[in-house]
Amino acid sequence: MQNEWLYIGLFLIVGVALPAASLIMAAIITPKKSNPIKNSTYECGMETVGDSWVQFKAQYYIFGLVFLIFDVETVFLFPWAVTLNKLPLFAVIEGIVFILILLAGFTYIWRKDALEWA
Amino acid sequence: MDWTLWLELVIKALVLIFALLGGFAYLTWYERRLLARFQSRLGPNRAGPFGLLQPIADAVKLIFKEELTPAKAYKLVFFLAPIMTLVPSVIIAAVIPWGPPFQLGDRIVTQSIADINVGVLFLMSIASIAVYGIVLAGWSSNNKYAMLGGLRSAAQMISYELTLGLAFVVAILLGNSMNLTDIVEAQRDGRWFVLVQPVGALILWIATLAEVNRHPFDMPEAEQELTAGYHTEYSGMKFALFFMAEYQKMIVVSAILATLFFGGYLGPWVDRWPLLGPVYMFLKIVILLFIMIWVRATWPRIRYDRLMAFGWKVLLPLALAVVMITAVGILLAEINPWMIWLIPIFSLIAGAFASLMIDRSLRRKAYA
Repeated sequence: MQNEWLYIGLFLIVGVALPAASLIMAAIITPKKSNPIKNSTYECGMETVGDSWVQFKAQYYIFGLVFLIFDVETVFLFPWAVTLNKLPLFAVIEGIVFILILLAGFTYIWRKDALEWA
Repeated sequence: MDWTLWLELVIKALVLIFALLGGFAYLTWYERRLLARFQSRLGPNRAGPFGLLQPIADAVKLIFKEELTPAKAYKLVFFLAPIMTLVPSVIIAAVIPWGPPFQLGDRIVTQSIADINVGVLFLMSIASIAVYGIVLAGWSSNNKYAMLGGLRSAAQMISYELTLGLAFVVAILLGNSMNLTDIVEAQRDGRWFVLVQPVGALILWIATLAEVNRHPFDMPEAEQELTAGYHTEYSGMKFALFFMAEYQKMIVVSAILATLFFGGYLGPWVDRWPLLGPVYMFLKIVILLFIMIWVRATWPRIRYDRLMAFGWKVLLPLALAVVMITAVGILLAEINPWMIWLIPIFSLIAGAFASLMIDRSLRRKAYA
């Protein structure tokens, strides 16, 4: 079984070698004639105004938090799903109750308008 | 670990990498030709017969292009972001079974890089890593378009990832295993999971469209508003890596969808000639890619707030409902095997209810 993970590790090396090789090849043969105008930020020909690394919508953070909760839920459901046939009825109902509790939380988030992109 | 094992592994890894690279190159050709056909044009047909040499011409052009790094960019992250986007899209293919194992001499050769027992979890985790490259590319460019594109992309991908995970749970429930080979073998004799759980397959398909930023969910790179989104500042080979990652992800998610819901490598006579397995996978992937391109040619892009609302308010509750229906249906099927067909009936009812609710909410808001 551990061998299988070793194979993935080796495949990862091949996977990293692929972009590395193409970037090295490109670094050797591409022309390098940069100048300040070429290296300026591209904004459709306009001079850039202000900084790009600014504060952005708080909505992104809220979605990030809600995502975290439900992603953990999904990962908890994985082992439950694998062993569904071997579980006693109680554990199956327990799994469904777990989904329902999270659905209640989801309803709360929805009613609080946290899912509105306003 | 004797040397034949190493040889087998190296051959399999190289075959898979070159298949993905060739697939990427010819997928661009396939997409352009098909889009042209949909729009009553000819598409690329000059380089070679039917334009078959066009991908090579494109690759040569991109290699010889000058690479620009914006003076204000964060150089290290700007350099690493394309690699971080490409690597997950390649290694996610490692666990997909491309065919049944066959006998070669005195050893059994499996047709996948690694046959791990938590294959679906591996898919899920690598799919999550893919978002980093895009966000970092957007952030490190120090460009407003790229920044907005990266942020949008992050929010969109995490929103649809939940649905993706729940659709995986449906496949695990039906296959009763997290091993992808077991899931494929559970679909033997034409019992493809798409027949048992059509709504689950549809949900997975929509979520994967959003995960790979394809139409109609290609908001991160909406040309009209954000020029090119997160890869606005990239040129030359680094741009090619983003492009490669996107198309390889298309191939890989089609392979995942084929494996989980469309019977994977199974097909007629696949047991007698195991090398037919990759052929069936190829055919299924080509058909799924055709549908993806068809969607691109047909549907308009959906607005960003509606995209998020659709992901959170429609797909997520529907996916949870489908998981519960599937779990209950499987337990009932242990009492009477015919009860398994309650799953598609109730899922289709849930899906119809969801579309009805979308229709109602759109009517109520009219142009909101």
